Amino acid sequence: MPIQQQGDIKIWQRRSRNRSLMIWSGQFVAVAIFVYCWQLVSENTIWMFVTDAPRQAVDMMERMVPPKWSYMSNLWRPIWDTITIATLGTLMAVVFAFPIAFLAARNTTPSTAFARPIALFIIVASRSINSLLWALMLVTILGPGVFAGVLAIGFRSIGFCAKLLYEAIEEIDEAQVEAVTATGASGAQVLNYGIVPQILPAFAGISVFRWDINIRESAILGLVGAGGIGLQLSSSIDTVTWTQVSLILLVILVTVIASEWVSAKVRHAII
Amino acid sequence: MNQASQRRWQRPPFIESSLLRWGLITGGVLFLVVSIGTMEVNWERVAAGLPRAERFLSSFFPPDFTSKSSAIWDGIVESLWMTVVSTVIGILLSIPVGLGAARNLSPRYVYLVSRGILALSRTFPEIIIALFAVKLFGFGPFAGIIALSIGSIGFYGKLLAEDIEDMDPVQAESVKATGASWFQWLNYAVQPQVMPRMIGLAMYRFDINFRESAVLGIVGAGGIGATLLTSFDRYEFSTSAAILLIIIGIVMAVEYSSGYIRKWIQ
Repeated sequence: MPIQQQGDIKIWQRRSRNRSLMIWSGQFVAVAIFVYCWQLVSENTIWMFVTDAPRQAVDMMERMVPPKWSYMSNLWRPIWDTITIATLGTLMAVVFAFPIAFLAARNTTPSTAFARPIALFIIVASRSINSLLWALMLVTILGPGVFAGVLAIGFRSIGFCAKLLYEAIEEIDEAQVEAVTATGASGAQVLNYGIVPQILPAFAGISVFRWDINIRESAILGLVGAGGIGLQLSSSIDTVTWTQVSLILLVILVTVIASEWVSAKVRHAII
Repeated sequence: MNQASQRRWQRPPFIESSLLRWGLITGGVLFLVVSIGTMEVNWERVAAGLPRAERFLSSFFPPDFTSKSSAIWDGIVESLWMTVVSTVIGILLSIPVGLGAARNLSPRYVYLVSRGILALSRTFPEIIIALFAVKLFGFGPFAGIIALSIGSIGFYGKLLAEDIEDMDPVQAESVKATGASWFQWLNYAVQPQVMPRMIGLAMYRFDINFRESAVLGIVGAGGIGATLLTSFDRYEFSTSAAILLIIIGIVMAVEYSSGYIRKWIQ
């Protein structure tokens, strides 16, 4: 216990002197970095706009109510497209993530020198690139539309699903695998009867969780032309029809809450 | 006896109730058929895009870091300081909200208000918040910082609240028994228990904010995204490839160092 001696009196301290000094200097560096970054922000900001923002915000809110309910008839198709993009994208991701996860897991990979690094790189690359960036690339290549959105969501989700799945595979109970091996099962049979049943609940949970996230993501893919309700959102904002914007935001809110509810229900049933 | 030997073992199905199982399967197949049917794919356009895809892939070998190097550098640095500022502001703001949203710490009405704030800031993706921030604050990184900070509040506040709710009440009670004031109690009983995990999560949020800052440029909210968008629009794919590789590299670096820092703290 760190103690400070003052004459005869011992005073309790939370940390030893060296440790306090270290923590203090760490905090000093962190504050210095923040102040420097804030200075850069300040240089790049027109503060007149910022001070004007509250008035603008009130103005915008006033023009948003009431939502233009009649616009709803134009939104059913985009909502359907959004759900399609999320679902088909998740499906595609799951199909690809399954083998990649087995290649990446330390206990199932065929070779740690070759297959595992490649699988890990695929996972990192897919995870670091936002689905909007994937959509941007795919729209330039394939043209605008739902198809580009499905592929974008799919590519982005492969890494997420594969990462969670390979962590689940690494945590399986080896005893069961050994028991199946002891019956003389082939490699594929061990996989099918020893490993897959153990990770199936995790697999289903991950898929539903990702589907829920993907509903949110596919709602914005339209901003770069990859289909879904984001297209209507960005065109409504561009044409400054705020009553349509508020309706679309409400629709997104309801869709997101609904998908969250579905995903929570399903995961609750599995686990 | 003869009959028994002819029975074959079958693995138990994943969903026990056969009605639910077949219902889900038919529902899923039906949905797939309809959704694939309504998905209008313009195969001619896709076919026309294939040479472009090939050009895009080949531009990764080698990527062009040099010809637009100053634009890339400016964009990356801007993304980085946007990330730093928004992570710090987001976390600072999320601490009071997170404390308010912990059921074992706050009175009921504070709890409900804080949970409401968290739910609201989590619902909309950062890019939609950025769309509005750009309208309000003008183009530039400030709008992006606002969007990322709001996103961070929802994420970090919720996890902080859950962590506080899961803490060990014995330690908290023993500090309270020494006659500590509320702030002392917070500082000596609550904070040490949640700190290690929260530092890890702060690193994770930094990582997320950096990745998000790479796309905010699409709606004009600053960062590397604007440079990336320009390079796509001009079909300068080797510059895009370079930017993407840099993003992947930085994300990997943050991920590894966050794992290292978390180990060092615990």
